[in-house]
Amino acid sequence: MSMILGVPVAVLFGQLLLGLINGAFYALLSLGLAVIFGLLKIINFAHGALYMLGAMATVILFDTLGISYWAALFVAPILVGCVGVAIEYFLLRKIAGQDHIYSLLLTFGVALIIQGVLTNMYGVSGLRYSMPDVFKGGMNLGFMFLPYYRAWVIVIALLVCFGTWFMIEKTKLGAYLRAGTEDSQLMQGFGINVPLLVSLTYGFGVMLAAFAGALAAPIYSVTPDMGSHILIVVFAVVVIGGMGSIAGAIITGVLMGVVEGLTKTFYPPASSAVIFLVMVVVLFVRPSGLFGKEA
Amino acid sequence: MSDSVNPADIHKTMLDQQKSEHRRRLILNLVLLALLIVAPMVMYPVFLMKILCFALFAVAFNLLLGFTGLLSFGHAAFLASGAYTTGYLLTTFSGLSTELGIIAGTLVATLLGLGFALVAIRRQGIYFAMITLALSQLVFFFFVQSSFTGGEDGLHGIPRGQFLGLIDLNDNLNMYYFVLAVFLAGYLLVQRIVGSPYGQVLKAIKQNEPRAISLGYNVNRYKIIAFVISAGLAGLAGSMKTVVFQLASLNDAHWHMSGEVILMTLLGGTGTLLGPVVGAAFVVNLEYQLSQGPLADWVDAILGAIFVLTVLMFQSGIVGQVQKFMKKNIG
Repeated sequence: MSMILGVPVAVLFGQLLLGLINGAFYALLSLGLAVIFGLLKIINFAHGALYMLGAMATVILFDTLGISYWAALFVAPILVGCVGVAIEYFLLRKIAGQDHIYSLLLTFGVALIIQGVLTNMYGVSGLRYSMPDVFKGGMNLGFMFLPYYRAWVIVIALLVCFGTWFMIEKTKLGAYLRAGTEDSQLMQGFGINVPLLVSLTYGFGVMLAAFAGALAAPIYSVTPDMGSHILIVVFAVVVIGGMGSIAGAIITGVLMGVVEGLTKTFYPPASSAVIFLVMVVVLFVRPSGLFGKEA
Repeated sequence: MSDSVNPADIHKTMLDQQKSEHRRRLILNLVLLALLIVAPMVMYPVFLMKILCFALFAVAFNLLLGFTGLLSFGHAAFLASGAYTTGYLLTTFSGLSTELGIIAGTLVATLLGLGFALVAIRRQGIYFAMITLALSQLVFFFFVQSSFTGGEDGLHGIPRGQFLGLIDLNDNLNMYYFVLAVFLAGYLLVQRIVGSPYGQVLKAIKQNEPRAISLGYNVNRYKIIAFVISAGLAGLAGSMKTVVFQLASLNDAHWHMSGEVILMTLLGGTGTLLGPVVGAAFVVNLEYQLSQGPLADWVDAILGAIFVLTVLMFQSGIVGQVQKFMKKNIG
């Protein structure tokens, strides 16, 4: 019982856990993309850069002001969220109503600026962040070792994802959001400040990315280009899940992390490409994605 | 009033307009050609060749974005597959002639383009962009892990060889005129395609796809063919670049390269023939100038800022603006 399909059980579960963690990050990031896309029809190419900004902010806040991990978990997303609102207010709003391709190109430019500036300020090697003492160590589950921090990341990420889904799909505020983007003139007639709603929605999606960044700071290396690779993976996740779907983004995110982890166990060379391969297959079978509605 | 307009007159005016338009284009093309022929006497040929290679890349890309309305975010994959194929073949088989190496690179990129098109054609707009981006990332991983590409180091010391076994391409001036000829062939091909009935259908698809479908055109087939031609020309650009610089590297395959060609096209003017050429010259020159000065570390951020400004303030690009200005003031 110590081997499964020629792989030691501890290794298999270890990779599964890593996969789940990556999946939790994919879920948070693709959820943010889905919120921004689903409600505003903007492909946020700056998402990876803003995720990186969240991680950098966490480290910098600690180094300069001594702000603890727990506080940073709130402060970093709020700060980066403000950056997001500024991007929406000063840039994206100017091209609202034009072909969606322009918002993609605009946010791509923004991503280049953010990444370029931070590379100049902090170099390519990046920053170090040590994890809070509470999370040092872990527990032995018998078949594998579970570090506390990783367990925490999975739990909190999924809680935040579920909360976001609940807010958008089940509450009155979510209904306003969806209505406001469906028919903004009508909603404005009801006295709802739709432009503000749009800014806040973009800001919220950005906060999700920054929150993922803050969570990532203690376990991943914090470098200015940490967002640019994960962004493309998350794009593929979003295509697989189906762009319109909030739940699809969360489920597919976790699922793809696990698929990646399993591939790493059984056939390592394909692990960085497997998500893109899944995307190709899904596109052939279901062009609108696993959870997508429109054809 | 309306009954006094004779349809034949309208037709005649339109023909006249077309004729003067054609003549203007011909003169412009001849002037540019003359400039390009004289250019290496004044400027460093290798720098000019770099511009020409990127200009061909951007012209190929613009066939999709500017004339068909498809935003591919994966064109680096074609540039790189052309570059690596040519580089690998020319280093491995010392007897292989340069032009065959380039043709092989172009063919591989063309086939890859067909593969991309078949997968991505099912979705439109930003979905299409994201899918091509993800596919090109797949190609990037392939190049990282394959042994023939030299991994992170890339391929170096690729021989330039001789053209048709007669003309020594190690001479920069000879190489320049070879690159110029290939560039012109590619440019004229795109010009010809855009002006043809096939090109008219592409433009119709760009303007209103449902209407093109309702007119009975097999829209997907038109799009796939345009994509394949564009990919092939991008591969040709990559192959040429490899021969000029005698190296192929992962830079060519990175998605930043896909972004760069978008910037070149957008900045120069999408949907114009000359725009991508001007944009490529501008961006290559800018990168060169910046890398020499105190702003060397800021190249990425500056390119990003140009991107943002172009999207916000002048989406028709340099050439588009000039055309607008000419129409307004000269008529």
